[in-house]
Amino acid sequence: MRFGFTEDQLMLRDTVREILARECTPEVVRAVWEKKSPKTPYGTLAEAGVLGMTLTEEQGGLGLDETDAALPLEEAGYAALPEPIVEAIAALPVVAAHGGGAWAEKIAAGEARLSISIGDARLVAFAEQADVFLRYDGKKLYLAPREEVALEMQVSVDRTRSIAVPRFTDEGATVLAEGAEAAELAALVFDRAALGSALFLNGLSRKMLELAVEYAKDRVQFGRPIGSQQAVKHRLADALIALEFAKPLAYRAAWSVAVADPERSLHVSLAKLRASEAARFVAKQSLQVHGAIGYTIEHDLHLWMKRAWALAAAYGTEDFHRDRIGRAILNEA
Amino acid sequence: MDLRFTEKEEAFRAECRAWLEANVPKEPLPSGDTAEGFALHVEWEKKLFEARWAVVSWPEEYGGRGASLFEWLIFEEEYYRAGAPNRVTQNGIFLLAPTIFEFGTEEQKKRILRPMAAAEHLWAQGWSEPNAGSDLASLKSTARRVEGGWRLTGQKTWCTRGAFCDSAFGLFRTDPTQERHKGLTYFLFPLKGEGVTVRGVDRLDGDLGFAEVFLEDVFVPDRDVLGEVNKGWEVAMATTSSERGLSLRSPGRFMATASRLVDLYKRYRETCDPALRKEVIDAYAAAEAYRWYTFGTVTRMSQGGEIGADSSMNKVYWSEMDVRTHEAALAMIGDRLELDEGSPAAEDHASWLKGFQFALAGPIYAGTNEIQRNIIAERVLGLPRK
Ligand SMILES: Cc1cc2nc3c(=O)[nH]c(=O)nc-3n(C[C@H](O)[C@H](O)[C@H](O)COP(=O)(O)OP(=O)(O)OC[C@H]3O[C@@H](n4cnc5c(N)ncnc54)[C@H](O)[C@@H]3O)c2cc1C
Repeated sequence: MRFGFTEDQLMLRDTVREILARECTPEVVRAVWEKKSPKTPYGTLAEAGVLGMTLTEEQGGLGLDETDAALPLEEAGYAALPEPIVEAIAALPVVAAHGGGAWAEKIAAGEARLSISIGDARLVAFAEQADVFLRYDGKKLYLAPREEVALEMQVSVDRTRSIAVPRFTDEGATVLAEGAEAAELAALVFDRAALGSALFLNGLSRKMLELAVEYAKDRVQFGRPIGSQQAVKHRLADALIALEFAKPLAYRAAWSVAVADPERSLHVSLAKLRASEAARFVAKQSLQVHGAIGYTIEHDLHLWMKRAWALAAAYGTEDFHRDRIGRAILNEA
Repeated sequence: MDLRFTEKEEAFRAECRAWLEANVPKEPLPSGDTAEGFALHVEWEKKLFEARWAVVSWPEEYGGRGASLFEWLIFEEEYYRAGAPNRVTQNGIFLLAPTIFEFGTEEQKKRILRPMAAAEHLWAQGWSEPNAGSDLASLKSTARRVEGGWRLTGQKTWCTRGAFCDSAFGLFRTDPTQERHKGLTYFLFPLKGEGVTVRGVDRLDGDLGFAEVFLEDVFVPDRDVLGEVNKGWEVAMATTSSERGLSLRSPGRFMATASRLVDLYKRYRETCDPALRKEVIDAYAAAEAYRWYTFGTVTRMSQGGEIGADSSMNKVYWSEMDVRTHEAALAMIGDRLELDEGSPAAEDHASWLKGFQFALAGPIYAGTNEIQRNIIAERVLGLPRK
């Protein structure tokens, strides 16, 4: 038993952290929010091998697994990266291994973007940016090119997210699998995307907490930093506890996915449930500590907070994951 | 990352499971915080020690097995899974012993550790005083230098199982010219004998779990000073982080409670409030989170890391989780929740009421959760003290 990361994994995290610190500043996230199409680090992440990291070396990837991807995904959340990195890491191995090699290569190279639509999920994210959709319709798993998907655009509370209600046709589809195999692969992609979202959410939480801690040290009222007041301290201590006890469940789920543990879905649901709850909780604490400045669009907090709200419901709401846990542990039919 | 247990660890688990299955009393013992129950618990502790399960992580020379921290966690999981009795030796083996290993002399280790593990000599904690609770450094008990040792005078309180134990450990002011954290010394002192008066105090749950200890010029030889004279605060802090952190409350305990809650729900799911399903699942998720958090801590410690102020996060987390889990159970048993031990209609549920009352103490003992949150905010997050 060794529940920690290797030197290599920490190095990869640092690489991603540096790229994002340089190229995914709050200004970049804000520019996406304002629909200014800024340059994002999508290409740089591809060059560093991050997008295709879970592909084998023959497929043009780094041959890494979910435990290697865990910290980079957390970093992506910390930077509120407005790109489909969770989707790329979740979907590419399945896409590449089942006849979608050409698409996988393009995505890993940063030349295309992929979005995911599994089962009766109402919405797709990255709707405008996506070149291709990985779709499971209950019978088959296929790739649908952008131009064959009718998108009814919606407005997300997080304006960096381009959201749509999709209508798929079979036109131009590359079928990856059918029947039982398709169901199994779709379940795997879903779990990997839920896991990725959990990690991303934990990164968002870390940033929201950090913003609040820094603010609490600086902001002076009644002649002293607000962070010296116990009521403020206790809120932030609780936020830290929520985050620190969500993280290990996500790392453990990463391991379970990587080794195809038979209880993979249970572990992913534990991770996603607790990460979503923690992120919503940290967001509330952080907002309260910021006072009115946090209640503006001018301040950066909302960029992270709204992403947290959106992701808390993506790839399974809290209720969905809680229910999955219940069915696994309560011997329910 | 490798979340598989090794063959050696699996074998260790199988061995403790088999021994516990064969030896754990079939009927739960009466509470270890009563005179009768305490004696039965001590008997159980002796049996554990003879089979070398009392202190698995200690070196063999003191009665342990030299087990790794992971093996210790495995032992704890199995121990609580088997429903084995609460450890009346815990304040010695989990709280004093780590301090002795770190600060004790060879003579102290040889003299104290084995009888402690063997439940031949039982230890209580003597920190709190009537006017020094959270603000422990304001304590008033003193120790006066005399030939060959010290004379202790003062009053300690809330001393768990103090009415039944042989000795206690605590802080006394040895330098009256110094204030607060300075000029304190860590003493091991008798709970029986000349100058010592111990008065048991009934706890909330009705057990004689607490004691007040009055000391009047009680002689303690030099060999019972732990660490340096006037450096007692530093020595004591080592114990508190064991208490809040890992050793006092390992995940096994809470996983066992969560799993009992799951069983309770399966029994009552047709009749109880459907909203309780959420509580059960959340309790399970919380215990799992604690388990994996702890595996992370133990991995760091095995690589030379320390717990430090992080132990305050553990403490707030496990204590509040324990209260919520018990609240869910009480909600499930409905109007029987008021039925205490001795009520035939309580069936096997009175233990939830007992457990609930004890859980309520969790946010108070080992440093209240308010104090822990201050520590987290100041030492982990770096917020200003003033
Ligand atoms: C079941 C149980 C077993 C115990 N066993 C032992 C034992 O074996 N040995 C021993 O020495 N002691 C023991 N204690 C005592 C325990 O350590 C103390 O209760 C604890 O340190 C708090 O002290 P107090 O009770 O005097 O409360 P106080 O310190 O008076 O606190 C009362 C309330 O005020 C709050 N408060 C105090 N100061 C602050 C502050 N600065 N900021 C915010 N809030 C504050 C506290 O959090 C608490 O809610 C035990 C207690 C219990 C309940």
